[in-house]
Amino acid sequence: MATVRVQEAHFDLGAESAALTSGRSDVGGLASFVGICRADDGLAAMTLEHYPAMTEAAIARIAAEAERRWPLTGCTVIHRVGRMLPGDPIVLVLTASAHRAAALESCAFLIDWLKTRAPFWKREEFADGTERWVEAKAEDDQAAERWQAA
Amino acid sequence: MRVLYFAWVRQKVGAAEEAFDDLPAGVHDVGSLVAFLAARSPGHAAAFANPRQVRAAVNQEFATPGTPVKPGDEVAFFPPVTGG
Repeated sequence: MATVRVQEAHFDLGAESAALTSGRSDVGGLASFVGICRADDGLAAMTLEHYPAMTEAAIARIAAEAERRWPLTGCTVIHRVGRMLPGDPIVLVLTASAHRAAALESCAFLIDWLKTRAPFWKREEFADGTERWVEAKAEDDQAAERWQAA
Repeated sequence: MRVLYFAWVRQKVGAAEEAFDDLPAGVHDVGSLVAFLAARSPGHAAAFANPRQVRAAVNQEFATPGTPVKPGDEVAFFPPVTGG
């Protein structure tokens, strides 16, 4: 059963990693992905909006699919919402397994599906005061689709 | 029925949420609900001007134009998601 949290607060990669490994001897690999707010095109800040009633359930469904496909000993997904500045962490995916392939592949699967199947929307603010909603990218759809056949 | 709007769909409609006690008889799925909503105001029309750019969820599950809707449902409209 994965740990899923949606929160405004920062997360602690070290503490979350320790939570998946401490006190057990069956974990052979721990993979992590941290998504970070980039300052493209003069971006000053980014605000993440979500659909509160749906978000955690949608992420939990994606995590359950990862657990169905790979033999994971642990899985944590933390997605932040609210206003973020360049350099701020946005999302954490952690997967633990006896062997590296399952940990690495499931981590990539989770972030690919999170980008296309979890109800979050990013609004960008620029230094000149303009704002715009981020548009969904075709390459994100393609990245998510490569997992369909598995 | 509760109808929720997110991101630029919310901004164009000008509201985050609407409640409907009675819906026209012809509203039976997401597609017919969109047609009903789009006629409510210029803001609604702008939000739904390009249906391919608007996604939907019925009772917190992703839906398609053919997904049935009924009184009591929570239906949400939003752009393609951009999290992660």
